[in-house]
Amino acid sequence: MTRTVHLSLDINARRHELDVDPRTTLLDALREQLCLTGTKKGCDQGQCGACTVHVDGKRVLACLTLAAQVEGRNVTTIEGLAAESGDLHPDQAAFLEHDAFQCGYCTPGQIMSAVACIREGRVGSDEEIREYMAGNLCRCGAYNHIVAAVREAAEMAR
Amino acid sequence: MRDFSYFRAGSLDDARQYAMQSGAMLLAGGTTLLDLAKCGVVEPDTVIDITHLAGLSQISADADGVTIGALAKMEDVAGSPGIRANYPAISQSLLLAASPQLRNMATIGGNLLQRTRCPYFRDPGTFSACNKRNPGSGCSAIGGVTRNHAVLGTSEACIASYPGDLAVALVALEATIDLSDRKVTAEDFFVLPGDTPERETILERGEMVIAINIPASPVARTSTYLKVRDRQSYEFAAASAAVGLELEADGKTIRDIRVALGGVATKPWRARSVETALIGKVLDAGTVEKASRLAMEGAVADGGNRYKIELAPRDVARAILNMGGLA
Repeated sequence: MTRTVHLSLDINARRHELDVDPRTTLLDALREQLCLTGTKKGCDQGQCGACTVHVDGKRVLACLTLAAQVEGRNVTTIEGLAAESGDLHPDQAAFLEHDAFQCGYCTPGQIMSAVACIREGRVGSDEEIREYMAGNLCRCGAYNHIVAAVREAAEMAR
Repeated sequence: MRDFSYFRAGSLDDARQYAMQSGAMLLAGGTTLLDLAKCGVVEPDTVIDITHLAGLSQISADADGVTIGALAKMEDVAGSPGIRANYPAISQSLLLAASPQLRNMATIGGNLLQRTRCPYFRDPGTFSACNKRNPGSGCSAIGGVTRNHAVLGTSEACIASYPGDLAVALVALEATIDLSDRKVTAEDFFVLPGDTPERETILERGEMVIAINIPASPVARTSTYLKVRDRQSYEFAAASAAVGLELEADGKTIRDIRVALGGVATKPWRARSVETALIGKVLDAGTVEKASRLAMEGAVADGGNRYKIELAPRDVARAILNMGGLA
């Protein structure tokens, strides 16, 4: 039996209308239907953080969220961070400056988490940054540079 | 993931009506339901989204205690100033669990109902035998890789450990769970596996967790949650202890104490024998360490989890001595 639900989703300040199988996660809707492929699929089980996006300003995992659950909420993905002019968000610039990646696959999730981490004020020390970035795994092991990037972005935001 | 229908509940009655149907499951944060649906462990016919229900996410405190709505998010409860000040073990148990993203998603009601991390339970494709998934099929864990399995409250049918942290603190602080038509203590909410490990709580079909109430008390105010794990962050407990301590005016004699353990038992485990052994005693390391060993009465190891029988009482003793300013 094919069942579909019609959704109106607000993503990066744009309204999208789509029909999805009810099982569709926000991650799959973003990548497969809306061509917003910046949000990555890592483990698809809520363990790696590669799919981190913001819903109503809070960081969440798109792989464990049904697309249907975010109707009426504001979703921000990595594509929604930079300014209209193309200027990078300060946290994106800090990741570039500090070479805070190797392969780059976890980077969109790391940056979405970093933006939230700074907004939450959980950047008082490197130890605190590490604890509050713990939900984003980097298999390349770029953690030292990631912490440096978050630290600098937090200092710039003060 | 098997095909399912999606409904958004408009009211609490609506949700409970839907939940009466066979094959229906409630969806809140989704961090357990969608994870296990992807693993093929749960196969709902109907998913009922309750996240839009109003009035179930409040945290309201007075002199008698605090009531936390079932849909309150872990992160919001952990950061609530009243919880941090008067129920520190609750706040700590939440902050030491999962990751910031998961804590922004997962609700308090759903947190209680999280399922075991037993890898045999979570992998039906490889391990067909699991009494919890498929009653009567056997247990793949017994005699297998058991590093994270329970040593307390086990049965011949199941040795899966309860993975949560919050519930351990709730049991220590004698919280009650509001199921709308009835209230039960957190301790009685969870049941031992016995011959029916598929049943983990007393919840009946159509029942929902509505709220949690934690009574205010001196032991709640001076409480802590000490979690020991294989990596420093974002990991389930190898052993954990929730402890609340009240000393007499002399600052060294134990007037009241509460002890509960996590990561070592099939349900959140209250250690009354430790409490009884310590009430009225003067707090010192030797007394506390000896009493803490009583928490392991009846423990049964199965290979790789034997270390927990040493680790857990040390965790309990450290938590008590921390609270008493002696560690």
